[in-house]
Amino acid sequence: MDAMTVTSWLRSCSAAIAEQKDYLTQLDAAIGDADHGSNMTRGFAAVEAKLDELDGGTPPGKLLIAAGQTLVSTVGGASGPLWGTALRRAGRSMGDVDAVDGQGLAAAVDAAVAGVVELGAAQPGDKTMVDALLPAAESLRIHLDGGDTLLASLAAASAAAEAGMRATVPMLARKGRASYLGERSIGHQDPGATSAAIIVAALERAVAGAR
Amino acid sequence: MKKLINDPEAVVREALEGMEAAHRGAVRVMYEPYVVVRVDAPVSGKVAIISGGGSGHEPMHGGFVGPGMLDAACPGEVFTSPTPDQMLEATKAVDGGAGVLHIVKNYTGDILNFEMAAELAQGEGIEVAAVVINDDVAVQDSLYTAGRRGVGATVLAEKLAGARAEQGGSLTDVAGVVRAVNERARSFGVALTSCATPASGTPIFDLGADEIEVGVGIHGEPGRRREKHAPAREIVEMMLEPILDDLQPAQGSSVLAFVNGLGGTPLLELYLLFNEVNGQLADRGITVGRSLVGNYITSLEMAGASITLLQLDDELARLWDAPVKTAALRWGV
Repeated sequence: MDAMTVTSWLRSCSAAIAEQKDYLTQLDAAIGDADHGSNMTRGFAAVEAKLDELDGGTPPGKLLIAAGQTLVSTVGGASGPLWGTALRRAGRSMGDVDAVDGQGLAAAVDAAVAGVVELGAAQPGDKTMVDALLPAAESLRIHLDGGDTLLASLAAASAAAEAGMRATVPMLARKGRASYLGERSIGHQDPGATSAAIIVAALERAVAGAR
Repeated sequence: MKKLINDPEAVVREALEGMEAAHRGAVRVMYEPYVVVRVDAPVSGKVAIISGGGSGHEPMHGGFVGPGMLDAACPGEVFTSPTPDQMLEATKAVDGGAGVLHIVKNYTGDILNFEMAAELAQGEGIEVAAVVINDDVAVQDSLYTAGRRGVGATVLAEKLAGARAEQGGSLTDVAGVVRAVNERARSFGVALTSCATPASGTPIFDLGADEIEVGVGIHGEPGRRREKHAPAREIVEMMLEPILDDLQPAQGSSVLAFVNGLGGTPLLELYLLFNEVNGQLADRGITVGRSLVGNYITSLEMAGASITLLQLDDELARLWDAPVKTAALRWGV
């Protein structure tokens, strides 16, 4: 995974989130405060503007750190710090190299998810983005370790994120604003897990496009 | 829902421009990123106080910027926590060398962003302390939720801490006032209607024409239960009971009673509510030593009100009476 793939992933995230903006906001209106779609769209649009500023020689890790910083600066809410931390941790994990292999990417994804869990203190089953991200990270590692190609492993990770996203429907929210609904949060898909699944799916597309 | 706006995306910026124009000479507004700052900031040698939160709760927090209250406020998008960049810029703009206090309401986004900002500011050599406000007793299950929300006590904490800072209190003293307020204040809100964010334009929750949400949060978070609408006397009973259960004020004690409108309820009704609060507290042997009635921590155009009781002592009463000169609270000057 090199700088070009990271750039194409971040741009693909931006396009996919903008496209799903109203859907994310709708999900958030049901159990939150109806701002997830617009906040994430604003943040990733700013990431795209940041990418335009950076020169082509920026290594992938540095691109991720800059993107994470941009999300922290522009998203607000809980998603800003959480996604900002995820991307910055992933970037730090990649260091200064020009490209990472599958294991390097898996390590970066693990670092990202660990950062989210550490900052947000959500456990699996709390009905948050962690419910999509953790299965994706686990699936990526299992498939890579099992000898699958990076692309096949990312496809599995993306499927795991989507399954994790769907699994949030029957969960009772225990973190964030949805937690105040208690039992009334059951039956609604978590918007944070949904944008997380969109972002993982974009990673698969970016790597597929780079081959 | 009809709103007096031009473009939903530009609501916060245009409102800030208007606020700056209306209160020129009192505040200035920085736009990249958004910060409302006391015009004479930084005040050398004074502990500075900043707060922040999503927009849509006006006059909180920008309306509380000025001598005797906040040095700066960070307005986020509507109902969205501001970013660490805003808090860092605010902290730098107000640092007068005696440290900066962050007053943070207990919401996941606010906590995370303020934590990041404090780290950044400390990295730049500014002494920062943060105190979290969580006074909403409507949240019963604090273990399996994000915890009690920060509501009405925030206004009181900003006023009282602002007075202490103006009188030369150290960062520890001023933070101590906020902690004392948070320990001694409890709030409870009731909504008669929902509200709509400018971006979505549709009500954020549905409430039947004859229903009220008992224990509502300032972003329309659901409360303890829905009830049929009732006379003000009964609604005030519903609100005071959980506050007094939690606060357990002694007979003969004196409180600051704060009746706050959520944005869509006329002052006529707020005073009527205050009359009920005053009478029902008197029946329980509690004196209202100080009072505040009006729209101070709102939820867009939501109809409804919250009650906050703060157990007073001589020091807090003295700080309450100290001069304050802001867009929304002003006396003694």
